[in-house]
Amino acid sequence: MKTDIYLDYAASAPIRAAALEAYVSAPVAANPSSVHRPGRQAAAQLDQARIDLAQTVGAEPGDVVFTSGGTEADALAVTGLFAARQTAAARPYLLVGATEHVAVLENADRLPGAEVIRIPVDRNGFVDTAFVAEHLAERAQQTALISVMAANNETGAIQDLDRITQLAAAAGVPVHSDWVAAAGKLSLNFAASGLAAVSLSAHKVGGPGGVGALLVRRGTALEPRQAGGGQEGGLRSGTQDPRGAAGFAAALVEAAAEDTAGLETLLGPLDALAAAHPAIRVLTPPAHLPGLRSLLVDQVRGESLVFLLDSMGIACSAGSACHAGVVGPSHVLEAMGLDRAAASAALRVSIGHATTAADVEALVKALPEAITRAQRVAQTEGGRP
Amino acid sequence: MKVAAALSGGVDSAVAAARLVKAGHEVTAIHMALQRTPALRRQGSRGCCSLEDASDARQAAQKLGLDFYVWDLSDTFTDLVVRDFIDSYGAGLTPNPCIRCNEFVKFRVLLERAEALGFDAVATGHYARLEPDDAGGAGLRRAVDLAKDQSYVLAASGRAALARCLFPLGDAPSKAAVRQEAAELGLGVARKRDSYDICFIPDGDTRGYLREQLGERPGPIVDGAGTQVGEHLGAYQFTVGQRKGLSLSRPAADGRPRYVTRVDTATNVVQVGPVEALDAPQFGTLAVNWLESDFQAEVDQLADVTASDATGGAADSAADGAAGGVPVAVQVRAHSKALTAQVTNSGDGFAVQLGEPLRGLAPGQSAVFYRGDLAVAQAVVAPFEGAGSRSAKLNPGA
Repeated sequence: MKTDIYLDYAASAPIRAAALEAYVSAPVAANPSSVHRPGRQAAAQLDQARIDLAQTVGAEPGDVVFTSGGTEADALAVTGLFAARQTAAARPYLLVGATEHVAVLENADRLPGAEVIRIPVDRNGFVDTAFVAEHLAERAQQTALISVMAANNETGAIQDLDRITQLAAAAGVPVHSDWVAAAGKLSLNFAASGLAAVSLSAHKVGGPGGVGALLVRRGTALEPRQAGGGQEGGLRSGTQDPRGAAGFAAALVEAAAEDTAGLETLLGPLDALAAAHPAIRVLTPPAHLPGLRSLLVDQVRGESLVFLLDSMGIACSAGSACHAGVVGPSHVLEAMGLDRAAASAALRVSIGHATTAADVEALVKALPEAITRAQRVAQTEGGRP
Repeated sequence: MKVAAALSGGVDSAVAAARLVKAGHEVTAIHMALQRTPALRRQGSRGCCSLEDASDARQAAQKLGLDFYVWDLSDTFTDLVVRDFIDSYGAGLTPNPCIRCNEFVKFRVLLERAEALGFDAVATGHYARLEPDDAGGAGLRRAVDLAKDQSYVLAASGRAALARCLFPLGDAPSKAAVRQEAAELGLGVARKRDSYDICFIPDGDTRGYLREQLGERPGPIVDGAGTQVGEHLGAYQFTVGQRKGLSLSRPAADGRPRYVTRVDTATNVVQVGPVEALDAPQFGTLAVNWLESDFQAEVDQLADVTASDATGGAADSAADGAAGGVPVAVQVRAHSKALTAQVTNSGDGFAVQLGEPLRGLAPGQSAVFYRGDLAVAQAVVAPFEGAGSRSAKLNPGA
């Protein structure tokens, strides 16, 4: 029987014991909006989760708007900030990093009346801050918002958010940032960030699935996306999930307390292999999330590598997981200037709280053979008309 | 054997995979993602069949305890099946995209990728039987259930590819039995309805699809005498034998229904005529894909005899030559009956003389030749002049 070695934390991290404990130990299942005692107990659990979560990321409890996940948080931020900024003056421009998560890109593209501008990135995936400066110099008054992630989920590249918020503050433009990949890995502080809104997701840090949050700075104008009971500060409707929120907070608290430098040490043998193997190029730049590597392998499709490694009991991912299990070319890698073939050839290895040195060793042992076989697959298909 | 079982999301391929597991093979489930054009993806998010199929396939694999992967073959499918479909219609031919998909996607690209990844064979839920030989080939026989037989759409794939395939449903007694088997296995797809449409035209409106792809090209509809009797928006939208959707302005003199008898996309003329005009007594084919060497030897032998008999006149009438050809049965559509025929070599293909006229033969169709339930050869019907008329001239190899 295969041993499953899980090296795809960036897709979803295994749930932490503390998160599971917090999830199942809720006193009673009740609606936190109910007036009876069980309802109040549920509300108390939700409040505590909000306090714990806020404290971990340097936010006020009142900043936390629980959502169904990172995608909803991104959608709420992009559409909500954009709508709120259409006051007397039209502000059609929306600046988004070219390597943002599709939750940001696709929601931005759907906004009626919006002129979405994708901020170009360099070959390392870093957004061009000079481009942002130039845009704001000319069109600050017509710009609704800027959205740039803290770190990329596919390559791990950490963006210069401070520079972006400086430029935006001077121009009076709110900035949203997707912290889904970065949370628990980088030391982040919402209060000090100068950001208007920040997206978070529970399952990426070892919390339960189906929970996320948008941090919204006090005083930031934001229109809710869906009408209803307005349970989350009037900004998000829908009965909250106190268990999920408690699990989320527990996971984030634990993740934030961890020494993430250890993850880099664990990946040492993989880095050594990548440096020595002629077919492997490391796409992850020096300024990156701990525990994540994006590797470009010559003459293979990432899909084949993932298949072969999976058959050896090792779970990795080709770029980001998507759509009905189909691995397409990565828009992130294409934005970094890679062609379609290369953008389909990346292998993402991401580790986390439960990863051991033996796990990484197993990958390092299996990868060369998988590459050789994947290259053979590509050669078989290369001669086709 | 290590088998890559192609799971479409339907009941047949799921039961086929289950039968392989039962037979002791090491089975991995593969779902082919074939359509990724933005239009189809948008439809997908509105609840299109294709995403639902992927999900059905995954659930079936889970039920059977199989590893499951989605392989993206959409580029290949678009280039070799969809593009060819549009181009063929544009050239006045009647292509069968399912045959193309079998030939180029399932039993070529999928098969090659599976082999490169260490699989010994690819399995599908097709209804047909295989007879592997010792030389790396396999013969193709009709399924036990003749009503479901799919040997017709498999023949073009050829002996070499078929030798690396498994069709576990070839001996299934009936579709009902397969559904019963699925139900007993607890497969959710047991009662899923069969799909008949062309998968990349989910609304079934082939003419609308072609119009979108090729644009409107108005032209005349004429009768056998060349008199204009109506107008069309593009000859490519018509196929020989078609009766519906002609909107003729002038009724036929005898008041009988008229059918498309000829499609000429070069001049953009569609010709119509009475049903008898669809009766083709003979036709020619493009290059032959031989499936049985005995049959090939017989036909070749006849050609040698003919060549030595004829003194320079062999080329003038391939049709006449076919009269004394090798007896065989021929089928030109997926669910039509096979007709008796005699074939001879002619240029690059066959000259086929039919025992009884074949109604609505169209260039581009795949003709599969059978001896009993054994498929012995396959070839594409060649373009011909005055399709269906008694004075048809064969133009094999054109």
